[in-house]
Amino acid sequence: MVAAMNDRAAPLMDLETTGSGLCLRLRGPQTVANARALAAKLDQQPDSGAVELDLTEVGRLDTAAAFVLVSFRDRREQAGQEVTFTGLRAGHQSLLDTVARSLPSPTTEPKTPFTFTDALARVGEVIAGGVKFILALLGFLGLFLARLARTLRHPSEFRFTSLVHHAGAVGLGAVPIVALMAFLIGVVLAFQGSTQLRQFGAEVFVVDLIAISILRELGILLTSIIVAGRTASSYTAAIGSMKMHEEIDAMRGLGLDPATVLFVPRILALVITLPILGLVANVMGLLGGGLMAWIDLGISPAMFITRLVNGTDINHVIIGLVKAPVFALIIGLIGCHAGMQVRGNAESLGRMTSSAVVRAIFAVIVADAAFSIFFAQIGM
Amino acid sequence: MTDTAQKRDVVISVRGLRNQFGTQVVHDGLDLDIYRGEILGVVGGSGTGKSVLLRSIAGLITPAAGEITVLGTDMGRADEDAHNAIAAQTGVMFQDGALFSSLTVRENVEVPLRMVHGLDGKLRRKLADLKISMVGLPYLAGDKYPSELSGGMRKRAGLARALALDPQIVFLDEPTAGLDPIGATDFDMLIRGLSRDLDLTVFLVTHDLDTLHAVCDRIAVLAERRVLVTGTMQDMLDVDHPWVHDYFHGPRARAALTTNDTTTKPQGT
Repeated sequence: MVAAMNDRAAPLMDLETTGSGLCLRLRGPQTVANARALAAKLDQQPDSGAVELDLTEVGRLDTAAAFVLVSFRDRREQAGQEVTFTGLRAGHQSLLDTVARSLPSPTTEPKTPFTFTDALARVGEVIAGGVKFILALLGFLGLFLARLARTLRHPSEFRFTSLVHHAGAVGLGAVPIVALMAFLIGVVLAFQGSTQLRQFGAEVFVVDLIAISILRELGILLTSIIVAGRTASSYTAAIGSMKMHEEIDAMRGLGLDPATVLFVPRILALVITLPILGLVANVMGLLGGGLMAWIDLGISPAMFITRLVNGTDINHVIIGLVKAPVFALIIGLIGCHAGMQVRGNAESLGRMTSSAVVRAIFAVIVADAAFSIFFAQIGM
Repeated sequence: MTDTAQKRDVVISVRGLRNQFGTQVVHDGLDLDIYRGEILGVVGGSGTGKSVLLRSIAGLITPAAGEITVLGTDMGRADEDAHNAIAAQTGVMFQDGALFSSLTVRENVEVPLRMVHGLDGKLRRKLADLKISMVGLPYLAGDKYPSELSGGMRKRAGLARALALDPQIVFLDEPTAGLDPIGATDFDMLIRGLSRDLDLTVFLVTHDLDTLHAVCDRIAVLAERRVLVTGTMQDMLDVDHPWVHDYFHGPRARAALTTNDTTTKPQGT
């Protein structure tokens, strides 16, 4: 790429033995392109006696080559051998002086070997970090609830426009993808269920299978996972980039509370729209399942509806939708919290965004498992 | 005003440059010559396209019309190889350093060096350390990430990256903006010293009258979509264009002139 500087064809130097020692006559441009070759050549020289470096025929000399020459001289002189530069032009002299003057003196901290205690400490750090994260999230939940309560007392502070905007982006915007996903899940369930149930001649139970699995679990869980991927990431990115550009600090400076202005409308928008999205997913899932049952098993829509209404407890729908606001809260909190963790660089924004998505999905699944146990215990 | 410099070696020549964004014309028929080894300061009011000029010459913007010749290469007609060869001969320092935030300072300086074939990692690191030290940063700054540095250190690191390949020409966009007066003076001295020691041609965009006075050999004033006038600081004082007059005769300009006259001329580092 640096083609112009890459003329390495010419030999770098001539060797000559003089009375007192060695004389190296450097030739042509000495630049970064042949710095390595120059260093190798200098290293090959026998390390005895004085060395004279003749730069008369050197054209362009850059800092890289000058660095190699100066380090060579320093090394030799430490070993008690004399190195002299001859035939220097004014420009070359000042360059060598500059380089010699600014040679870095490495001051590295000593490295300690990695021991078992370090490994143990790291495990401890990870665990403590996890606990700290959960506590921080809990603190964030408290902050959100406190600010929400405050806006209830002072409704004028509430950002209604912002809420509507986010509800549109988070809810309405997600309808197509959520509907398509749920429809396909319904189709897949009906198809897989029918192949299995046909072995027992119990095809008609495919309706119960679809209804219970979609209404109780899959509809809302998969919707939450999609929303976690879509929304947690966008919350983190939006708040994180504001944090990066000191907009959050500017807000605080203007007496605006970031929690009221940014978090409350965003999280509230999710809490309102996720149950609606869950309902959309339920309907579309049943539609897909019903269609597939009709095509594959010949269960007519009328029969499907009768079976659905008679055979499925309304509890399943309630259990499914009760989970939605909780999932919404989890997704919103994790998204906003991760945004506030962004530090000054673009990389941390990317890292926090992806970690927000992973944490939100994981937390939603854990919460779903907890709900399952809870509802099983209370016998619903 | 440039009559004494007529016979000097022109490294950058701009002829009839025209830049426009939509209907907004920034430059129209702009001519400018930059001579080898000089430090040219470009001034102009906000929105007169100082940075746009820098970007056009550095090849970051393709102008709507006009001819830009850098080191004898016509940038408008040059192919990609020629562009890359010129890119290796020029370095740009952006306003806030524009360092890659996911890399340490040393890795940032190593980025241009990676394009040189036949340079092994060890030597490359040492050269990067040398450049970091040349711009006056402590050795340990090389291990830090840009977000861990102060604004002044980021600028120095940006300069180290711009100088990594020993370019003949460096473009500096507002090198002293946002620095405290001491830091700005240090940076001025650094530019002056490096330009002398490394035989650099410097194109710098600035608002800082102290920088203009202490560092620049020649000043070019951008106004009315072209280079209105070029010359030394002394020449500028005699120009009777209203903007130029206000700029160089304002209270700040007078302060800069008097303080710099009482102190000794810059000695470099």
